Amino acid sequence: MQIPVGLEAGVEGTVLKADVRELDFYYGAFHALKRVSMPIHDHMVTSLIGPSGCGKSTLLRCFNRMHDLYPGNRYAGGGIVLYPDNTNLLAPEVDPIEVRMRISMVFQKPNPFPKSIYENVAYSLRVRGMRNKNELDDRVESALKGAALWNEVSNRLKELGANLSGGQQQRLCIARALASDPEIILFDEPTSALDPIATASIEELIIELKEKVTILIVTHNMQQAARISDFTAYMYLGEMVEFGVTDQLFIKPQKKATEDYITGRFG
Amino acid sequence: MTASAVLPSHHGAPSTSIGNGVSDRLRKKASRHVKERIIEALLFSAAAFSVFVTVAIVYVLVKESWVFFQTVPLSDFLFDTQWTPLFDDAHYGIMVLLSGTLTSSGVALLVAIPLGTIIAIYLSEFAGFKLREIAKPFLELLGGVPTIVYGYFALTFLTPILQKIYPDLPGFNLLSAGLVMGIMIIPYVASLSEDAMRAVPMALREGSYAMGATRLQTALWVVTPAATSGIASAYILGISRAVGETMILAVAAGMQPNLTFNPTEPGATITSYIVQVALGDLPHGSIGYQTIFAAGLTLLLMTLAFNLLGYWLRKRFREVY
Repeated sequence: MQIPVGLEAGVEGTVLKADVRELDFYYGAFHALKRVSMPIHDHMVTSLIGPSGCGKSTLLRCFNRMHDLYPGNRYAGGGIVLYPDNTNLLAPEVDPIEVRMRISMVFQKPNPFPKSIYENVAYSLRVRGMRNKNELDDRVESALKGAALWNEVSNRLKELGANLSGGQQQRLCIARALASDPEIILFDEPTSALDPIATASIEELIIELKEKVTILIVTHNMQQAARISDFTAYMYLGEMVEFGVTDQLFIKPQKKATEDYITGRFG
Repeated sequence: MTASAVLPSHHGAPSTSIGNGVSDRLRKKASRHVKERIIEALLFSAAAFSVFVTVAIVYVLVKESWVFFQTVPLSDFLFDTQWTPLFDDAHYGIMVLLSGTLTSSGVALLVAIPLGTIIAIYLSEFAGFKLREIAKPFLELLGGVPTIVYGYFALTFLTPILQKIYPDLPGFNLLSAGLVMGIMIIPYVASLSEDAMRAVPMALREGSYAMGATRLQTALWVVTPAATSGIASAYILGISRAVGETMILAVAAGMQPNLTFNPTEPGATITSYIVQVALGDLPHGSIGYQTIFAAGLTLLLMTLAFNLLGYWLRKRFREVY
């Protein structure tokens, strides 16, 4: 597949982790992403904002090939190049399972498995065939610590994940995503089902996590994008309207459409 | 003194003194009230009818069994190892029939539970939409075949085949009847288990796939455990069907009371014995005739026990999501 040249962000001191290049995507006959391009910088938080139906979640779910699960979805042109492999993730020869091993995901609504807290976190390791009890124990502990949940659950690892509060469940899902040491974690509106206190703790966690991983987050909360992200992309009707350093995009947007959205004139 | 008469409204005035009485539009309508009551009464009587029927059945079984147990001590019924109610030297050991029921049901469940579960997993997690829409009606058709047809299928088709593999197999045997009974039960187990699996929220599957799981891992490690309570219900229904099945056994298993757990022997089950006596020429009221009520009560208690077990299992192993 011919890969078009990507959008140059021109930001000093960052390394490219992935690059969306003129990506087209269809749900059946519906053209959901129209020649979308944007860079994803390594160890940075990049947020996708825009009104409902603008394609931000659709774009996010291209990164771990979630669209492959449903019939009728079609990657129709362009691609997402992952570095350092310099490989198009969406190429038909690429195994989606290998992609998901390296690019993990946290969902909108906390979706812990109907298993114990321990088994929830161990899941992404067991899927990889890890059987050694000591190794599992260590990895589960460090993932739970990474998700700032260890202190709350260290003495109740055998309890069901569903018994935790909403915010704790979401941190459990983050621990689950972290356990396998992914390179990128995708967050799909991770705080929209949570109260303000739980939201604050998740936001804090995301900022800490960028030490370890690259983060791509979809949010419909512009303040959240401004608080936690280094780069922001504004999408509208399946098109990438503007991409930039978060501060610049919010203070001095280049496009009128972006300004209208972030000042609340529509959306 | 009613509470509402003295409780003031927010404004401190008794509620009836606010406004100019009740306007016609807001007044309660007698016609609406009556209609509601009629509908409620109809719904209640429908629900009450099913309870009444159940109670009536239990009443008849217990009453007639009581007559039986006036003559035959309960200890004989439970512990005698012979079932010969029609002989001069009559014995009434239910164990004999129970062994036939358990053996044939055991064979049937060994077929139905693994196959039914595998079919359910395939249809729910692997098959495409079109295939599922075609396969499921066919599967359910299998459950709609009259059991007498299954009975002759066992006797005239399966037994000869089994006899080629195992020449000592008698023409009537529990094995052939049990295997065919298993085939009959597959649709119940598969269809209900599949419903339970499909009811598992997509969010759980997505969570599993997003962690890099394969379809099989997702099906076995996430979907099946999440659907445990529904799958357990499907199994319990399958067991109840097996224990209660009559025609297949009456036709293919021989109706000879035989205390054995060896499926290659002929045997009578509780149900096939009841058919035999109910259709035979024993006079009403004779002790031989009363046996069928005691046998029926045993059967009822068995299915009740399985249902309670299922209820307990569902509560115990319910996976919350």
